[in-house]
Order: sequence, then C-alpha cells, then structure tokens
Amino acid sequence: MGEWRARLLVIPLTFVGALILTVMPLPEALAPWRPEWLAMTVLYWTLALPRQVGVGTAWFLGLLLDVTQGALLGQHALALALIAWISLRLHQRVRFFPVWQQAVTVGALLALYLMLVLWVYGITGMAPGTWLYWAPLASSVLLWPPVFVTLRGIRRRWCLSVG
Amino acid sequence: MVVLSLVLMTVDHRHHHLQEVRSWLSSAVYPIQYVADLPVRLSAWTGEQFSTHQSLVAQNRALQEENLLLRSRMLRFEALESENTRLRELLDTAKRLREQVVIAQLLSVDLDPFRQQVVLDKGSRHQVYAGQPLINAAGVVGQVLEVHPLNSVALLISDPSHALPVQVNRTGLRTLAMGTGNPERLDLRFIPPSEDIRRGDIISTSGLGGRFPADYPVAQVTRVERPSGESFAQVEARPLARLDRSREVLLLWPAQPDQDPNTPAELAPPEDTEPPPEETGEPDTDEVIHG
Repeated sequence: MGEWRARLLVIPLTFVGALILTVMPLPEALAPWRPEWLAMTVLYWTLALPRQVGVGTAWFLGLLLDVTQGALLGQHALALALIAWISLRLHQRVRFFPVWQQAVTVGALLALYLMLVLWVYGITGMAPGTWLYWAPLASSVLLWPPVFVTLRGIRRRWCLSVG
Repeated sequence: MVVLSLVLMTVDHRHHHLQEVRSWLSSAVYPIQYVADLPVRLSAWTGEQFSTHQSLVAQNRALQEENLLLRSRMLRFEALESENTRLRELLDTAKRLREQVVIAQLLSVDLDPFRQQVVLDKGSRHQVYAGQPLINAAGVVGQVLEVHPLNSVALLISDPSHALPVQVNRTGLRTLAMGTGNPERLDLRFIPPSEDIRRGDIISTSGLGGRFPADYPVAQVTRVERPSGESFAQVEARPLARLDRSREVLLLWPAQPDQDPNTPAELAPPEDTEPPPEETGEPDTDEVIHG
C-alpha cells in the first residue's frame, strides 16, 4: 500500500520541485538565464510515461505557473499544453534518441513554448524588448542531459512502468 | 485546451472576474513560494545566531546612537507637527492625521524577471488592500497589486507600467516618475527644457492622484539632458529606496480625514497609476503601458 502511494506521489513531487526551482531566488546576473524547469519536467514525463502525464496535467501546471509569474491566466497553460501534445505525438521516436539529440528536440519544443508565451505578451503589450528573453532556451538545452538523467534515476528508483 | 486557454486569457485580460480563481490558485502556490524562500531565511537566521558577541555589541551601540539621534529629531518633529496643526486650524483646512504602518517581509522569490514585482508576506487577513502604498526607511518602494488571503503581490516603482505623480522638492515642479524596468533608474516625464531641474535634486511624492500620500521622498535626479528640438527634457533619477536590496517594507494606510482607517478598501481612487496619455479609466494596474 505504502509503495503504491509513494509511486503516486513521485511525479507530482517532481513538479513541485520544478516549481520551487522556478521561483527560487537567483543572483541578479543569473536570473534571466533560469532554465524552464517546469517545461523540462513536463517534457520528460510526457516522453517517458505518456499514459500518466498528458495534456491536461501540463495545462493545469501551466496555470499554476501563470499564477506564480503574475502572467495572464492561461498564457503558460496554453503553451505548455501544446508542447506536451506535440511531445506525446513524438514520444515513440524521441525516446530512442541519444541524449544530445533529445536535447535538440527539447530545445525546439521549448523555443515554440517561449514563442507562444512571447506572442501573448506581445498581444497584451508587455513584450520584453531584449534578447535575454531567449536565454532560458540555451540554459535549458544545456541542462537537459543532467535533468534527464536525474528524472530517469527517479523513475527507475520507483520502478514507474513505461506506459 | 487551446480554446479554454484562449477564453481564460481573454476573460482575464478584458474583465476582472477571475480574481477569485487567481486568488485560490495563488494560495495553493504560496507554500511553494514559502519553501523557495526558506534557504534565504535560514541563512539570515544562522547568520544572526552565530554572529560574535563583539559584533553584536558594536551593532547595539551603533543602534543606540542612532536611536538617540532619531529621538532628538523626533522632538523637533513633534514640535513642528503641533505647530503645523495649529496653523492649519487657524487656516481652517482639513487636519492631516498620522499614517498607520505595518512592517511586511518580502519573500525573496523571483517572479518574471522582466517585471518588477515582489511577494509580501501580508495579505487580506492583515487588511492589505490593492493600491496600498509601500515605503521603506529611505523612500517610496511601490504599491500593492494583488491581494490574496495570506500574501500579496506588489509592483515596484521601477516597473515599466508604473507611473508615480511626484514633485521636485527644491522648486515644486510637478512631474511623473515612470519606471524603466531597471531598479536603479526612473524616468521623469513631461518636463519642458526651460524648467529648472538639476542633478542632485530630490523628488518626492506630490500626493496628486490620491493613492500615495504627499511628501515621501522618491528619488534623486542623476542626469538631465535637454536635446535641442525635443519638446521635453530627458531626466533620469535613481530611487532612494534600494529597490533590489531591501527585505522589509512598510505598508502604509494613508490616514485621511473623515475616513475610518480600518476600512481602507475605498481609499484609493483607481486612476493615478496610469500616465496621462493612456488614461482610459481602466482601474487595473496590471495592464502594462509600454513606454
């Protein structure tokens, strides 16, 4: 029973961890380079366990992200749900890519995600007028291998079955 | 999902019915923000616990000296204040009451790095209201944007969407201090090139617009340029309150005559954070005017 409950909690706990990392204070110079922790975690789980983490989960997490970031409700939710959907379509192929190739795919998805969020910022007239907006893309791609290995470790440790 | 998101965004942007949803979700996220802030709190606490006896003594002495100094100034201030009240009574104008303050801690969590917002650990339980002014020991910090039960989100005066009605202390010249997104810089707008304004001038709130009480220091002028052919001078100022460094702020309940300070919800007329060209009567500071 305990084992079961622990398994049910593992995935939500990784999302909570990602949210904490998202709001964790960083030094001024590093703040624009904060990786998209939550989007990366969502992408990992949609690739690894597509039956358990889907578009709905991604949408709800995006809503939480909107609230923490003071963005419009639905802004991150829309973008996150869309890339989760694409990654669900691709998971059969991407899962067998080597890690660096996965990182590139994840990078493309995150670029789409950032673009969607930027569009909404632009439509509502608060587009950040700096190239630093794209900095998280670089840091996320570079950090994908360690994130991937960590989450895979967590998945194997708790024997979460491949959907 | 896509349609739902679009509907949500439109509703959130145009109307403001979603406050409750946002408030509810925000309470759900508050523990996460609290946990993220813990390391900072812990390090401050351990720093306090393990500071040496000597440094504590030194700090104590410095504080006592400062206290003495402040008290002596306070004596003069009280005398001046009573004189002021007397004179105002003579002039038969409204009395100014003392403002009420409460100290709030900033949770050091990073919100969107392109907007200048902070999270406070006081919310509607502590009678915080949207539009409430925030100050610290050095000057004006910002105003409350959203209130949730246990916490609230505040907009700093350096946010690009924030405009603060101010005046130059030396000359009484009235202007607007617009945020730039840089916590070290404010732009002063609509100053004709012929006006007398110099580097080093202190600007303070003018009290126009009614949201911020008058005469709180805001910033110091750092640069004045009068490009030929432009109709306004370009003036920059540096906020006196170190916006990116303070951990504690004071929430201010501006006391106004004939109004009960315990129900401050209606105190703030909504229109003063919008700069004049974009004044649409929209009572929401969330709407960012990019300028």
